[in-house]
Amino acid sequence: MDKELIRVEDLEIRYETDDGIVYALNGVSLHVEEGETLGLVGETGAGKTTLAKGILRLIPSPPGKVVGGKVMYDGKDLLQLSDTEMHKIRGNAISMVFQDPMTSLNPVMTVGDQIAEVISVHNPGLSKEEVRERVIAILAKVGISSDRIDEFPHQFSGGMKQRVIIAIALACNPKLLLADEPTTALDVTIQAQVLDMIQNLKKELGTAMILISHDLGVVAQTCDRVAIIYAGRIVETGNLHDIYHNPQHPYTLGLLESIPSLTKNVKRLNPIKGLMPDPTDLPPGCPFAPRCNHATAKCSEAVPELREIEPGHFSRCIRTFSEGERK
Amino acid sequence: MWKYILKRLLMMIPVLLGVTFLVFFIMNMTPGDPAAIILGDQATPEAIAQLREELGLNDPLLLRYVRYIVDMLHGDFGESYKNGISVASQVLDKFPNTAILAICGIFVALAIGIPVGIISARKQYSALDNVSMVLSLIGVSMPVFWLGLLLSLLFALKLGWFPSQGMGSGFLPLLRSLVLPAITLGTGSAATVARMTRSSMLEVIRQDYISTARSKGLSEKVITKRHMFRNALIPIVTAVGLQFGHLLGGAMLTETVFSWPGLGRLMIDSLNSKDIPMVLGSVLFMTIMFSFVNLFIDIVYAFIDPRIKSLYKKSGFKKKKAKGVAA
Ligand SMILES: Nc1ncnc2c1ncn2[C@@H]1O[C@H](COP(=O)(O)OP(=O)(O)O)[C@@H](O)[C@H]1O
Ligand SMILES: [Mg+2]
Repeated sequence: MDKELIRVEDLEIRYETDDGIVYALNGVSLHVEEGETLGLVGETGAGKTTLAKGILRLIPSPPGKVVGGKVMYDGKDLLQLSDTEMHKIRGNAISMVFQDPMTSLNPVMTVGDQIAEVISVHNPGLSKEEVRERVIAILAKVGISSDRIDEFPHQFSGGMKQRVIIAIALACNPKLLLADEPTTALDVTIQAQVLDMIQNLKKELGTAMILISHDLGVVAQTCDRVAIIYAGRIVETGNLHDIYHNPQHPYTLGLLESIPSLTKNVKRLNPIKGLMPDPTDLPPGCPFAPRCNHATAKCSEAVPELREIEPGHFSRCIRTFSEGERK
Repeated sequence: MWKYILKRLLMMIPVLLGVTFLVFFIMNMTPGDPAAIILGDQATPEAIAQLREELGLNDPLLLRYVRYIVDMLHGDFGESYKNGISVASQVLDKFPNTAILAICGIFVALAIGIPVGIISARKQYSALDNVSMVLSLIGVSMPVFWLGLLLSLLFALKLGWFPSQGMGSGFLPLLRSLVLPAITLGTGSAATVARMTRSSMLEVIRQDYISTARSKGLSEKVITKRHMFRNALIPIVTAVGLQFGHLLGGAMLTETVFSWPGLGRLMIDSLNSKDIPMVLGSVLFMTIMFSFVNLFIDIVYAFIDPRIKSLYKKSGFKKKKAKGVAA
């Protein structure tokens, strides 16, 4: 379990738009070990999707631009690979599930063909029949009966579509699954089902996962470690226990307080006040300072470094909080 | 589906009635007496009056219209005023010539328009894109007869590669005589098709399912062909179909410039000589061709887009099937 699978180092990605440069990722580092699940949590616009797409080099360019950093996988920097080498990684070693199942499938291709496509491109030796057998097998794994193989996406519900997308992502037994808010667009009743299914499948296949979510509650049920992202930077990272029982960054604290089921003795929800800073115009200091209850003058001077609070637990805040100080 | 087709065929009836009435009415408003034109300059007024009586030109407009429709329903489209030959036989005689030219013209349009449109979209805002869009703008706005004259000056009169007039008989002469008119005809359509292909591709390029396709590790070539183009096809097919409908109706200018013995020229000649039955017959035929092409396009839609197919099914044979089950 302790073998490192992928390591992102100082990844910097921008979008150069007509309204200015969007600083989407400003030096993000993280790693995932084989078979583990890392939860990546942050509010909308924090840069979660950009990070996942950046790993697979799927950032649309223009306007997107990878300015710096490395994505180390299997001893190689993915950012330096040729296009052909990258094609062999995508969908095979690393695959991705996108946020919106309604729009993520090709409307004019049968779901069977869409799954078959990823299998045959990475296994050129397989015959048509063998590919079809594999498609049926993976459909069964995601709970779709094989007689729907020749149907089109519009004949499927949102939850079923997401199952198809998961089937596509897992069809080649990837080492790493990037799941970008896989349940956000689904009905609440289906969310848990789909999440359970992902959990079981990744365990069965030994796949590691980066589970992106804006909901710490979801992450608590599924992840080994957690990384909190804010305005394009990791502000806190640690194992599940560290984050939930010894949260260090005031932003993490705020997130935890806004989950009803996890906070003790809280009578009403406590959403974080204010908004994330404009990503085209980030402040020179800690980007969370304007919303922070604990901010001091020093916070607006420079962006704090990540500090190791306890082994494996890092926080990007100049202060260290003990139990009583968190309020 | 069959029910849908039948419905569409029935809908052609009011269209045809409307078109014939309009032409009837307009032809009657224009100056010049057909009887006088038929008999020529030396005709006596008595002879003209007698011919008017024979042709029924003294009857009220509405009565003549009803008479025409009744004859038409019996399959009688009348005889040409000019040479007394049946309208139907003349139209059917010229139609193959027009059809050959139209098919070659649309082939030129597709062969140029689609690749140019695809490449422009894939390399949006590149120099290549800008150049092809300027060229296509010129192509759309260039007068057809001017291009025709230019081509025939250069390639027929100066270089002598292709004939400038008429239609060759025998396979090779026919092919040679087709080149210039087909290019003339196809250029305007190529420009339209290229612009439509580009804009339709650009819409598809940004779709989520294209990201999904990329995340599978497919090559850009496969993505363009299998995922983008197939989804961009509906507006392209519409544009091509409309162009083809126009071309089938006889490209009057091109046929005139190259003295091509087709429907377009037949129609112009008939208009000039106020040969009302001939004009009516050709317009009717063009309308029918145009409607058929449109219907054909609508059927093609169903094969391109499964969502449209299921829509047709809902409004057509599913109902019939359900009834059959009930009975
Ligand atoms: N294609 C794009 N063009 C311009 N800006 C973008 C684009 N995609 C994302 N962004 C911007 O980058 C920032 C991060 O976006 P994203 O990674 O989608 O965040 P998240 O997934 O956490 O909601 C946001 O400010 C967003 O507006
Ligand atoms: Mg996102």
